[in-house]
Amino acid sequence: MTTQTFSTAQRYGLVVLRILIGWHFLYEGIIKLYNPLWTAKGYLLSATILKPFFRWLADASIISVIDTLNIVGLIAVGISLIIGFKVRWGCIAGMLLLLFYYLAHPPFPGLPPGIAEGSYWIVNKNLIEMATLFIIYQFSAAPMFGIETLFKKKNKTSGQ
Amino acid sequence: MANENDHFKKWNRRDILKSLGGIPLLGAVWYAGADLAGSASRERQFLLETLNIEASPPPATGPMSGEPLRIGIIGFGGRGEDLCRALGFATNEWLKEMQEAASTNPNNKRLAEFKAQENLNVKLVAVCDVFDIKAQRALDSFNNNTNKIKRFRTHTELINSGEVDAVIIATPDHWHAPISIDALNAGVHVYVEKPMTHNISETYTLRETVKKNPKTVFAVGHQHRQTQSFLTAQDVIKKNILGHVSLVVSNTNRNDDNGAWQYDIHEKASEQTIDWNQFIGNAPQVPFNTEHFFRWRKWWAYGSGLSGDLLTHDFDRINCILKMGIPNSVTASGGIYTHRDGRNVPDVLQVNMEYPDFTNGSSQTQGKEKGMTFVYSATLGNQFDRGTVMMGHDGSMELGNQITVYADSGSTKYAELLKEGRIEPGVPLYQYDPAANGVDAVTSATAKYFANKGLLWTYRDGKRVDSTFLHIREWLSCIRNGGTPSCSIKEGFEEAISAHMAGLSYKLGRKIDWDRVTERIIAKPGEDLDALLLANKESLVKA
Repeated sequence: MTTQTFSTAQRYGLVVLRILIGWHFLYEGIIKLYNPLWTAKGYLLSATILKPFFRWLADASIISVIDTLNIVGLIAVGISLIIGFKVRWGCIAGMLLLLFYYLAHPPFPGLPPGIAEGSYWIVNKNLIEMATLFIIYQFSAAPMFGIETLFKKKNKTSGQ
Repeated sequence: MANENDHFKKWNRRDILKSLGGIPLLGAVWYAGADLAGSASRERQFLLETLNIEASPPPATGPMSGEPLRIGIIGFGGRGEDLCRALGFATNEWLKEMQEAASTNPNNKRLAEFKAQENLNVKLVAVCDVFDIKAQRALDSFNNNTNKIKRFRTHTELINSGEVDAVIIATPDHWHAPISIDALNAGVHVYVEKPMTHNISETYTLRETVKKNPKTVFAVGHQHRQTQSFLTAQDVIKKNILGHVSLVVSNTNRNDDNGAWQYDIHEKASEQTIDWNQFIGNAPQVPFNTEHFFRWRKWWAYGSGLSGDLLTHDFDRINCILKMGIPNSVTASGGIYTHRDGRNVPDVLQVNMEYPDFTNGSSQTQGKEKGMTFVYSATLGNQFDRGTVMMGHDGSMELGNQITVYADSGSTKYAELLKEGRIEPGVPLYQYDPAANGVDAVTSATAKYFANKGLLWTYRDGKRVDSTFLHIREWLSCIRNGGTPSCSIKEGFEEAISAHMAGLSYKLGRKIDWDRVTERIIAKPGEDLDALLLANKESLVKA
């Protein structure tokens, strides 16, 4: 798959999508980073499926590690998607984080709904964002907007 | 050529933009997030510093070293078993039940918590229960290589045996004071369940007995005095966060058989297995019946209904924070509206306790505010949780195992902050939750009622601890290391008199006054208040 098959508008559309998701991840990470009281403990303890696993994550002995990994993960994915560096890895990490968020409180019929600003049945915003990252992953092989285009350019130049 | 150069330059700029254009965006998002989170955090810090509430744990009680104390348990029913577990002695039946509970529900940690409980260095050497089955249960469970327990037929034999240093009294209410008095006079330390007494006159006798025996340590079983959130609440009052408190509301809401004292009747209960005369004691003689024996809380002859059984909890919860003591007057009303099963204690009760001289500080002109009403409202026919709230001019505090403080929109103290929008009346100004781990296994509705009130357990260093254990430990520490328990005769006297005033008001349908100078409940000429307190309301109405 190459970028040649896409129009400029299509390419920029994908870039905008990538930046918006990066923005979302980065902002979530920064808010948590600068709030010393933030912890995922409550979210994990109130998980509605895979309870033993999420409770294990919320255990006093490892919750601080989990919290740090979450913040670092959110910020790293955000930076990756905004500046366009190692985008494929950013997409994979982002999808993994979203999968955890989704599984802790999936909007499945019969399960108690978590705190949400909308109404969801099976599909919620985590799932949609996950699918969007999958799209970006598929199209990010070719550099479009971001630091990687610099490397690509250099490679191209040296190759010529 | 020049054209080519221009083209190249333009291309280069675009290239750089395409490559590094995300970086300023990154900086902007980072800055916005850091700014918002930082200012929220500074605002929170500012509020906490303004309020300066100290969520400090209570002073640690002393060591449990030395010779093991020899304890006797008098009354080995449901509460007696709880108190023995707090001492470190669980029955075989309970251990089996908890093992099963833990295997079906991994969140049920009661067995693990019991096993992890600190060793209090005591021996449970004596049991006195008038029901053979219960006494035998204690003998079967607590006789082992490290502990020898003996059954005594009467409390006097147990107390005067010379084999016990201290007793725990968990009998029906009408036995609380007589046994306490006998034990104290024999030089035996006492831990007695609430209410401290069953009638007015024995409240004075017990107070005199405690004073006459200063070497014996006397404690009343209001275990919530160990609840960590209550200690934080004391600091909220001390720092005058709420302004002048004019109203305190507290409630009992229960809606199940257990909560309405409709306890199970043991299949082996009979005149052969129960010493009926000893159960009756100073209560009016009635023929043997299992209903009175197992469900004694439903009759004034042995119990004291909502005013003695449950109001006392709420009264002492508030008294340990506000230290308001005995009210100047009490009015009460209610009836038997939800369980018309032959009981004679009310199951719906509203009590207003007036404290016209109460003051806890003020943020307004001196002298403008004085006085407070404590309202206790109870039903055994509904369990909607209404919570306990202390309402002051500047704020309100919800009280339970957590505490939450709200600023009042009409507050003087917070007027500026409210105007600036730095605090909002609907948003908690301060919240204190000592539990680091929110997973609790509370099974029955009644257990949940007690847990929400901070009566079942509290937290130390983020770990859940049985508050009864801490209360017992405090009593044992006072016996070993000196000191006075947090709920001793002064607090017990205030609790008992206030409860009896509520009971009297319910019975007589009028305001009951307290004479602060003579320390007496004011009676009308010729009135025998004790007889009236324990009488059946129906018979008083007919008379």
